[in-house]
Amino acid sequence: MQKAAEYWNPGKVSFWTEAGTPMVIDRREGYFLYDMSGKRLIDLHLNGGTYNFGHRHPELVEVLKSGLDYFDMGNHWFPSVARAAFAEQLVNTAPHTKYAIFGAGGAEAVEIALKTARYATKRKKIVSIIKGYHGHSGLSVATGDERFSKIFLADQPDDFLQIPFNDADALESVLKGRDVAAFIIETIPATYGFPMPNDGYLKACQDLCHKYGTKFISDEVQTGLMRTGVMWGWQGYGLKPDIFVCGKGLGGGIYPISACLVTEECGQWLVEDGAAHISTAGGSELGCLVGHHVIEMLQRPEVISNIKFVTEYFAQSMKEMMARHSDFFVGVRQRGVVLGLEFDHPEGAVAVSRALYENGVWAIFSSLDKSVLQFKPGVVLDVDTCQEIIDRFDAAMPRARQILKSGRRVA
Amino acid sequence: MSEHQVFNTPRLEVPDRSLSRARMKVDRAAWASRYFRNFNRKAVLEIAESIAEAGYNRAGEFAELAVSETGYGVVEHKKLKNQLCTYELLNYYRDLDLVTPRVDAARQIIELAKPAGVVFALAPATNPVATVYYKAMLAVLSRNAIVISPHPAAKKTSVLAAQHLAAAAEAAGAPSGLIQCVEEPSIPLVQDIMASDRINVIIATGGTAMVRAAYSSGNPALGVGPGNAVAYVDPSANVAATAKCLVDSKSFDNSVLCTNESVVITLEKNRGNLERALRSAGAHICNEIDTDKLRNYLFGGEGFTLEAIGKSARWIAEQAGVRVSPATKVLVPVVATPGQDDLLFHEKLCPVLTLTAAVDFEQAVTFAKHTTRRGAGHSAAFHGDNSNRLVDFSQKMPVYRVVVNAPCSQGAAGFATHLPPTFTIGTGFAGRSSVGENVGPQHLVHWTRIAYAKDSKVNLESIDLSDVTTSGNPTAEVQSRKSVTEPVDSGVRDELRRLILEELQNLKGDAQ
Repeated sequence: MQKAAEYWNPGKVSFWTEAGTPMVIDRREGYFLYDMSGKRLIDLHLNGGTYNFGHRHPELVEVLKSGLDYFDMGNHWFPSVARAAFAEQLVNTAPHTKYAIFGAGGAEAVEIALKTARYATKRKKIVSIIKGYHGHSGLSVATGDERFSKIFLADQPDDFLQIPFNDADALESVLKGRDVAAFIIETIPATYGFPMPNDGYLKACQDLCHKYGTKFISDEVQTGLMRTGVMWGWQGYGLKPDIFVCGKGLGGGIYPISACLVTEECGQWLVEDGAAHISTAGGSELGCLVGHHVIEMLQRPEVISNIKFVTEYFAQSMKEMMARHSDFFVGVRQRGVVLGLEFDHPEGAVAVSRALYENGVWAIFSSLDKSVLQFKPGVVLDVDTCQEIIDRFDAAMPRARQILKSGRRVA
Repeated sequence: MSEHQVFNTPRLEVPDRSLSRARMKVDRAAWASRYFRNFNRKAVLEIAESIAEAGYNRAGEFAELAVSETGYGVVEHKKLKNQLCTYELLNYYRDLDLVTPRVDAARQIIELAKPAGVVFALAPATNPVATVYYKAMLAVLSRNAIVISPHPAAKKTSVLAAQHLAAAAEAAGAPSGLIQCVEEPSIPLVQDIMASDRINVIIATGGTAMVRAAYSSGNPALGVGPGNAVAYVDPSANVAATAKCLVDSKSFDNSVLCTNESVVITLEKNRGNLERALRSAGAHICNEIDTDKLRNYLFGGEGFTLEAIGKSARWIAEQAGVRVSPATKVLVPVVATPGQDDLLFHEKLCPVLTLTAAVDFEQAVTFAKHTTRRGAGHSAAFHGDNSNRLVDFSQKMPVYRVVVNAPCSQGAAGFATHLPPTFTIGTGFAGRSSVGENVGPQHLVHWTRIAYAKDSKVNLESIDLSDVTTSGNPTAEVQSRKSVTEPVDSGVRDELRRLILEELQNLKGDAQ
């Protein structure tokens, strides 16, 4: 801890210490984390779905190990079997797209998406939602909350406009000028605490984009990969985004890779100048191997069925929990295994996160709305662990109540 | 390194997807079980009815597939066996309620059914579809989820049959994943799953090695091993009827049921009669040379010649070089004296029935006992009317089924007798198994017994047990539980409260 504060990141160290969750992760296996003292925590944070299959899933570890006997990152300049196979597989999951462009992380994929939209429209402006979150690189950070951009003087208010979520009229008013390249939105905004899009909102946004010649970009970093019950979140809302990005769980939590899928029209720059965007670490062959296996696993009937069971289980048991703790547990936002739990206190989720931590469960509050707890079970969770999660959740509620009553700021 | 190199090694070894998928199936089954274990009797019977119908409708088609995939048995007979594992099996157990709480007012005990959870079942190549049908039905009737691991030689047919039943179960309201079948079974896979703490019980039907492995896995197991049934033909028997039984039994599905007779023994004085009767029933009685040829063919290699399993008598005769009439249904090698060491006294899952004769009843029983040790705990047959000898024979034989004047194949498996219909014959302590009966759904349920003090006089009938089962549909569960029970409650709840108070007072009284 001391060395971490001294050499690594004093801000993060003191933040978690004050929050009452001073965790240093040691071993990790399945959906379990162990801190340095050996205390076990059930992981419901999963780093936004990075550990969709749990930590170090044996099958994925084996793929990577075996891959290391023959592959390395590869040379991004050249075609490769692994990249071609993975790109084909991804495009097959979204037949209206044509090309898959690889990056090493979600932000890079967003970067590619925004560049692609600018290329395709020859326009510069980008619209995103207030409290949206798309990463921390140059263009992507400019789309997000000012907490992350201003500190580095990376905000670009002239070219990057922000509008309120669930307000199609606001979108129309900024698109009317016909000078917007892209509207980028997380299918369900994660860092904002998973507020659910109103019925028809996303479809209306997509239609507005098409009306005004703007590209519609879905950020599927947290909602893709079966987490909302379908491979990509936009499928569940009847959308066909011009561009969409995915990352996190794509690398199975063991090798970073991200992808940006684009329609044939948007992807013309790949024909004009394929080296216009290059990335040494993007689309590394090892990442492609792992990613390919991740997609294959997600398509298995056993996994699809398991997701349904986990979804149904938490829908029911959260209803019961809410009835039991209705004094401050006031709402559940859920789509598939993506859940946001609403608490009746501006910092309610921070207290709950801490109480859960003390009860052996790790779930993180939403950075941009601390009344909402992000509750993100994995896709292959088994029935006993799910039962245990709810039992521990139930046990943690009185403690959370107590923390909130103690009145002091928790974070 | 040379300037141009060709690599012959594979570039990537993909991990064993089948094992991983099998583990996922077990997890999925655990989810299914979570909901299904609370279903009420009506919902359970609807699902059972649905899989019976589905199974019956495609019994013939799957029989054909099984024979063409494995090469074992006879389509017509397999079809019959498959059909028997649908309605017949369901009807036998229809009135055995393993769901509803049992209330025993006299003994002041309430029993709540607790299903095992996830059943892991092994199915043999010889009866692939019938075993899938049978074990799925057992699981449904006992409210368990089941993952079946078929024999690799019968995997395609088994998977299709299981998927067919699973679809029918789901259509009738079962949670998805209730009936599943491993697509790519292998020994390491089976060992891994058997040892997993995610399964709750194993039903192992198969060879000795597999059954022992099941028992050594650390999980509760219902394992049954091979048989080596002996039929004793008493001089009091009607030889014509007996011969017909024997031939029917040995030719049924080319003898792949482990309950089929391996050896028939009679007394010297009766041997000629029996041989004649067998011959007229369609058996070929071998002379010494033919007997040697058969022994050589069946046991000439290392152990039993596997290709002979489930083949027809004519096919085997041809392989062995024995000339038989085209109508021959069964081959009968004759070993004149009942010595122990003749290989022809071992188990033979093919229509070959060894005939021998003893000087008297005592010698016959001694011989039968020893022969049966190779398939201990299994089955035997008795033909005749002498009930003293029948009881003596049954008392001395280390078997748990003695079929009387009936074909042993069908008799011990419960299709030609009133024994429970089964494809898992419990071989009991004698066969190093935990169960000696024909395995049924009752073996997959344990009961929680709520036992009152001996002198208590609680009115058990008034206790509300409606909450222990649900009407089925998992998604409707929460709603129905709330809406149905709350209004009904008030009266019952008051009554309960009164009872509890009364009881507490009684307890206090006792303590003072």
